[in-house]
Amino acid sequence: MIHFVLLISRQGKVRLTKWYSPYSQKERSKVIRELSGVILTRGPKLCNFVEWRGFKVVYRRYASLYFCMCIDADDNELEVLEIIHHFVEILDRYFGSVCELDLIFNFHKAYYILDEILIAGELQESSKKVVARVIAAQDTLVETAKEQASSLSNMIAQATK
Amino acid sequence: MASTMRGLSVFISDIRNCQNKEQERLRVDKELGHIRTRFKNEKGLTPYEKKKYVWKMLYIYMLGYDVDFGHMETVSLISAPKYPEKQVGYIVTSCLLNENHDFLRMVVNTVRNDIIGRNETFQCLALTMVGNIGGREFAESLAPDVQKLLVSNSCRPLVRKKAALCLLRLFRKNPDVVNIDGWSDRMAQLLDERDLGVLTSAMSLFVALVSNNADAYWNCVAKCVKILERLARSNDVPQEYTYYGIPSPWLQVKTMRALQYFPTIEDPSIRKSLFEVLQRILMGTDVVKNVNKNNASHAVLFEALALVMHLDAEKEMMSQCVALLGKFISVREPNIRYLGLENMSRMLMVSDVQDIIKRHQAQIITSLKDPDISIRRRSLDLLYGMCDISNAKDIVEELLQYLSTAEFAMREELALKIAILAEKFAPDLSWYVDVILQLIDKAGDFVSDDIWYRVVQFVTNNEDLQPYAAAKARVYLEKPALHETMVKVGAYLLGEYGHLLARRPGCSPKELFSIINEKLPTVSPPTVAILLSSYAKMLMHTHPPDSDLQDQILAIFRKYESYIDVEIQQRAVEYFLLSQKGAALMDVLAEMPKFPERQSALLRKAEDVEADTAEQSAIRLRSLQQTSNALVLTDQIPPNGSLPVGQLNLVKITSQNMENSVEQGGIEAYGAVGKVDLEQAPSPDLLGDLLGPLAIEGPLALASLGDQLNTVQPTVNIEERFNALCLKDSGVLYEDPHIQIGVKAEWRAHHGRLVLFLGNKNVSPLSSVKALILPPRHLKMELSLVPETIPPRAQVQCPLDVVSLQASRDVPVLDFSYKFGDAVVNVKLRLPTVLNKFLQPTTVSAEEFFPYWKSIPGPPTKLQEVVRGVKALSLPEMANLFASLHLGISQGLDLNPNNLVASATFYSENSRSILCLIRVETDPADRTQLRLTVASGDPILTFELKELIKEYLISIPAPSLAAAAPTAVPLQPESPMIPASNDPGALLAALL
Repeated sequence: MIHFVLLISRQGKVRLTKWYSPYSQKERSKVIRELSGVILTRGPKLCNFVEWRGFKVVYRRYASLYFCMCIDADDNELEVLEIIHHFVEILDRYFGSVCELDLIFNFHKAYYILDEILIAGELQESSKKVVARVIAAQDTLVETAKEQASSLSNMIAQATK
Repeated sequence: MASTMRGLSVFISDIRNCQNKEQERLRVDKELGHIRTRFKNEKGLTPYEKKKYVWKMLYIYMLGYDVDFGHMETVSLISAPKYPEKQVGYIVTSCLLNENHDFLRMVVNTVRNDIIGRNETFQCLALTMVGNIGGREFAESLAPDVQKLLVSNSCRPLVRKKAALCLLRLFRKNPDVVNIDGWSDRMAQLLDERDLGVLTSAMSLFVALVSNNADAYWNCVAKCVKILERLARSNDVPQEYTYYGIPSPWLQVKTMRALQYFPTIEDPSIRKSLFEVLQRILMGTDVVKNVNKNNASHAVLFEALALVMHLDAEKEMMSQCVALLGKFISVREPNIRYLGLENMSRMLMVSDVQDIIKRHQAQIITSLKDPDISIRRRSLDLLYGMCDISNAKDIVEELLQYLSTAEFAMREELALKIAILAEKFAPDLSWYVDVILQLIDKAGDFVSDDIWYRVVQFVTNNEDLQPYAAAKARVYLEKPALHETMVKVGAYLLGEYGHLLARRPGCSPKELFSIINEKLPTVSPPTVAILLSSYAKMLMHTHPPDSDLQDQILAIFRKYESYIDVEIQQRAVEYFLLSQKGAALMDVLAEMPKFPERQSALLRKAEDVEADTAEQSAIRLRSLQQTSNALVLTDQIPPNGSLPVGQLNLVKITSQNMENSVEQGGIEAYGAVGKVDLEQAPSPDLLGDLLGPLAIEGPLALASLGDQLNTVQPTVNIEERFNALCLKDSGVLYEDPHIQIGVKAEWRAHHGRLVLFLGNKNVSPLSSVKALILPPRHLKMELSLVPETIPPRAQVQCPLDVVSLQASRDVPVLDFSYKFGDAVVNVKLRLPTVLNKFLQPTTVSAEEFFPYWKSIPGPPTKLQEVVRGVKALSLPEMANLFASLHLGISQGLDLNPNNLVASATFYSENSRSILCLIRVETDPADRTQLRLTVASGDPILTFELKELIKEYLISIPAPSLAAAAPTAVPLQPESPMIPASNDPGALLAALL
């Protein structure tokens, strides 16, 4: 299973963290610190796997951003590597040529999308289309609620004038 | 794309504009203060604002700041009535909290209402959060509801796939809470699912279920193979579920993973279709340009390889797999190279392919120099796994070379592995000593104490090695810059064995002393302590005494008598006093006795390291099996032709029981400081250096085996079984819920042949089966190869040949272990190869008896003892007991009806056959005491036989009682006997 997902920038800034195994707050910071040290220093043209504390961390760099997923030592590494890419493709489709800035200012969107791809550290949906549809539906729900709210507050505003 | 929150964007921009960490902290503090006050007076806080603040908190949290104060607000959003707030509540809660957080309890009810409610979007949010951080409370209150959603016909795929993974989480965390009775049918139904999204999630759930109990799901095997066929043929796979042209690689991988939890696939037609699919994957995967396509297809390929290995395919397919891996380890693409090496390590488990793998040795060694540490690690692991006697020299030398360039992160592991390989596969022991000394020389910082303790153990136990090791140590000690560990081991070896070099040039005691003493000013206290011991030993070994050397050494002892470290102080004082006492010095400082053989602490350490990693991994399984191989190997092939077999495995375990030795070990270890009785050898404090740590390890290991690993309890009384088998030749020796060990034995003169019957009582195989014989000194034993796995419901026979060398009541111990599921079971069983098995009842006539009896005058070849506390046995009962001990009763030799005379022939390789005579005189007035006399040509035999008979006569459980029973009691007045010269009985009595 995937124990956690980390998105770290080349400067070591955390862009997203998702923990499927229980780590305390202290452990989380320690893990991030340790792994940044290990992964960000790796040169190009090396393999995408790092052995760490008896686990394996599968990572892939996209421009300035490192996507990392920690798995058990006997899990299938390449499968997870392509889960990362699957995630990136969906982000790319949603934001339209995604870049780090998109993920900084819309980090909450990244969380929504990740929740449609992984649950319990396992792949939930491998169709990009299905995920895109679900996210679009969620966005609509939020928009509608907002419109209702604003029309409601307009009405109240007018009534109390 | 929905619009974003402006306040949030502004805050993020502010943070990004901060020039340094300090500014960032100020900005964050300001924001947190603001949020805190807004949360405090909730009035006027709109849902939108609340949502915005919670997002801000998540962002701040990601920056590494503490936002605990906001947890409550976040969790409370879950109960919001509207979707936008609820969504934020669920998602942020599952990011900030983990399953153990108390706040989660507050929302269990809300979450349950969302799950059983009608609103599909709420259902999805709730299932997702529980799937990601659900703990025990959730499992208890939600599992049935989630199960219902998963199999419901009215739910949309979106909900069902989330329900599947949510259930997976709850089951994984609390398998005891989630009721999965009857789930095999439902699971079979779920595997018929057409929607590939739901099927992917269901397959993950299935993997978790079968990993827990594969037996319940045999009905699903055919379905899994069907799914694989469907995907392999691209039947009915919608475009959106293909990934770079490959039909859902993830589902393929998961399905093949699930199949690896079934021990094997018997059904010929299912097996055939599965192998067709696998063959297609193995042959049809090419390297293509597109990275993603390449990764995805190789993900499938590597999983197929694993499944083929697991199913034990035909040899042809196996060699095809090895060939593929051989190709992979030399490609340029680093991922494939890494995985090639990793899977080759796993392949070592499969029999018959080791030789093919060895052909790639050169390429694997090349990978040891790869720029990527991940690949180097794999290569090291593989070299370690494939090492055996044939290639040990090459591999160890490569590793030693690599040691100087390896990064620090790997050196300790590397050093440990080198030490283990050198020990396991040494073609001769001097090579082993060379390797370890080189190791200490090159990487002293990374050589743990265990490693040098081990080399000292070997040297102590092998006399041939001692001069060699001492000479080597001397060479190393002359080097200018030395690691302190080298000083320790060098000083120890020269102290103990330096005198063996005395005739060589430059090796006089004085010269050796000055070489060691040069180091004294620069070393740390623990090393000083060892140096002092070495000096004391040198003093003792120097003949004739060299007064000059003595003065120098005594001066050093004097100097350290007031040293700040108590241990050193004590040594200095004691050695100084001892050296004045001549004879006592010789006693106390006599050469170290041989070490009892223990499992190498190094191996245990290596296993511990691996235990930290995923427990169930195939690699770990393999490494355990590897260990068992190695032990059997060292058992059978003498590492050095000149040494007798079993030299390395000499163990003396008294017939009493193991606990005694454990206690002794403990006492020695804890007694490391203090009370030196000058009359008694050896000084506990001296042992402290070496035996101390080792002795501590022994008992600890035993204790931990007992406490943690042996959750499997024997279902028979082991003590009783052993006692029964001492008197008969076949029966059950041991039994627990998983295994039964039976014994059948045949004895002819000094030869014996035991067959161990290892019967697996389960329907799944027992793995990592390991049997090691710890023979006492008086027996030569050879155990045939024990298979690593015992197939389900199968019985394996392992013959064990025994040769008696000498009389002794000590018994061999069978150190037996196996693995069932996760549990390692280890038992130490005494084998009923007891003294009486080598006896043959002999009937002796009066003409033979009396001259022989007379010819043996008294102690030590004829021993007499009054035994008290005897079991109430009638004479016929006693005669039966003697018969079962293989002692032949001679009727009519002793006329006194209260007496018994018996005789037997004892066989051993050393002395062939020895006649033993036994006489028992009982007192009809007091059945609890009798007089026992044993005579034979061999004092050891006489003593051992007398003790053996005594053990059986005194109420059992004997060991402790027997020890307490009087051993030398003055002769008691006996019942009067009629003197008559022609009466053999009287003659006998007169002789007594």
